[in-house]
Amino acid sequence: MGVDNSLRLGHFRDNFRVEVVRLTEDDMEFDMIGIDASLANAFRRILLAELPTMAIEKVLIANNTSVIQDEVLAHRLGLIPLKVDPRMFEYMSENDVPNEKNTIVFKLHSCCERGSSRIKVLSNELQWLPRGSELTVSTEKPAVDPTSRPRTYTSFNCSQDSLPEFSNNPIGPKHDDIIIAKLGPGQEIELEAHAVKGMGKTHAKWSPVATSWYRMLPEVVLLQEIEGEIAEELVKKCPVKVFDIEDIGKGRKRATVARPRSCTLCRECIRPDGKEKEKEQRIYWDKYVALRRVKDHFIFTIESTGALPPEMLFTEAVKILEDKCERVITELS
Amino acid sequence: MEHGSYQDQSQATFSLTDEDHTLANSLRFTLNQDPRVTFCGYSIPHPSDARVNIRVQTTGDPASEVLKDSCQDLMLICQHVRSTFDQAVVEFKNKNSLDAINIGP
Repeated sequence: MGVDNSLRLGHFRDNFRVEVVRLTEDDMEFDMIGIDASLANAFRRILLAELPTMAIEKVLIANNTSVIQDEVLAHRLGLIPLKVDPRMFEYMSENDVPNEKNTIVFKLHSCCERGSSRIKVLSNELQWLPRGSELTVSTEKPAVDPTSRPRTYTSFNCSQDSLPEFSNNPIGPKHDDIIIAKLGPGQEIELEAHAVKGMGKTHAKWSPVATSWYRMLPEVVLLQEIEGEIAEELVKKCPVKVFDIEDIGKGRKRATVARPRSCTLCRECIRPDGKEKEKEQRIYWDKYVALRRVKDHFIFTIESTGALPPEMLFTEAVKILEDKCERVITELS
Repeated sequence: MEHGSYQDQSQATFSLTDEDHTLANSLRFTLNQDPRVTFCGYSIPHPSDARVNIRVQTTGDPASEVLKDSCQDLMLICQHVRSTFDQAVVEFKNKNSLDAINIGP
């Protein structure tokens, strides 16, 4: 690496800043200053499509007499966000046997008695089965060894709640009140759902963020000094109150840009006056105000669906970009 | 996969599989920062194929070396982003917990 590369990296290191504006359990907003748009976009794309999560993929339906069709029910189950760290699990490919390292098994059994009113099946009725599937695989030939356990759809070697991560916090959906289906009297749903690890690239149910987006900081510049009446008019024009009045002695007023961050770029402040004023009094505001965006200041927002907290999601996304670079380097060597 | 000439190593097209704009645009950015690069760009031959062609032309150094250096630069940038971000989150959490203590019951 030449001297020039390290100079650039040093320049980046000196100018790059991160400022967290808001951080809660499920979402965060932070500013990245001094980075290029291609990197910010790369992080956004990785957050949406390449961070793995667990989601229900296979649904084994034993009984479904509800109005919701099997496939619609399976689709809805897949979209339920699960509160589990996907880093504890491995990917499962086509030839793999479902075991405790790559599958999470849930059971749902709900029925509405005859005579009662309609009930809602909520996501808290999804029961976690740490020992694996309970549905047995039916085979034509009778079991050779009557004492052996019948084969089920998964082969768990140990119970998942013996693992330290899950012993005190059981796996379940993030939200308890998601309506999966509604049952009328006499209808029943009995099914088993298997959740596996996947990426948003394959299906959006595996995306760990509700969404994540960035916008560049708006820059509002006053091209001339705006005083007096015109200043008052400008302050009134902005729907999000970007401008403010400043007193500069002797009763004179001046307009200043107080809150550029809340600007939505609606361009109301540079719209020339129309019919509401006489022709001579109309002002062409675009010679007073210029609207731009700061090219390297990104206001990032990440809304997590609950599997991982948002700050961990961003860290993992950066790690994934590093892994991609590493893969290219090994391919080239 | 590198498509270039054995005689002139300073120009080559690298065809990366299972990649898309995520890595290619970031690599193009870091490649452009390198003073040894005279031309660099990327294209996606077909959106249904996950394949990216990155073209690098340099002032004499072998193109694969320059691409490797840019990948390493990108990794260093990512590591710096990660550490700055983690620090900012820790500072924010400390500041907020301090505020919560100061506000009092």
